[in-house]
Amino acid sequence: MQISSARIDPDALRRELFDHAAGAYVSFEGWIRNRNEGHDVLRLEYEAYDVIAVKEGGKLIAEAHRKFPFLQAHCVHRTGLLELGECAVWVGVSSAHRDEAFQACRYIIDQVKVRLPIWKKEHYVDGHSGWVNCERCAAHG
Amino acid sequence: MSKSITVRYFALFRENAGIGEERVDSDAQTAGDLFAELKHRHGSGEPLGHCKVAINDEMSDWDAPVKDGDTVLLFPPVAGG
Repeated sequence: MQISSARIDPDALRRELFDHAAGAYVSFEGWIRNRNEGHDVLRLEYEAYDVIAVKEGGKLIAEAHRKFPFLQAHCVHRTGLLELGECAVWVGVSSAHRDEAFQACRYIIDQVKVRLPIWKKEHYVDGHSGWVNCERCAAHG
Repeated sequence: MSKSITVRYFALFRENAGIGEERVDSDAQTAGDLFAELKHRHGSGEPLGHCKVAINDEMSDWDAPVKDGDTVLLFPPVAGG
């Protein structure tokens, strides 16, 4: 598990998972989209607490391995300002057969989204901005 | 007896508090008590279950005890991916 402020290079990451015992490789890329919940999105800003994100990310990849024994897996999540179309998160899994790769990849991205201390702030075309999933956090108005 | 606890705020909690970290004197027994005590800082109206807490860089539970000298990290609802 890696948290990075640098642009994600899926081809380079994919090469690191090459394994002669692998008959399958599945990857997931999360991209910055131009609309969310009725708002036109201009760009996104990601913040992470690296220390725990890396530690918990390692744990959930190990869990995925116990459930769906794969050969290799890796996940990278971006921080900082991201423009439309940029890759915010990448997950790759290689395995002997496709089932484990599909299932492990799905497990890892689903868990990353709900467990890791990562937050995103959407900047909208109309000039406003807002933290995703935090609509009730802003008691100060 | 009052405890000295370092509190770190993240994302919206940091923006609400206007500060990333502070030391507080608290009588809180648990992380949940501390969160309630500091509502005027983090400003959250979220149910506790939507937020997360870590103590000394380990993910924890809201009913975990807080001790003198602990560093408590308050996380708003996460949104990776």
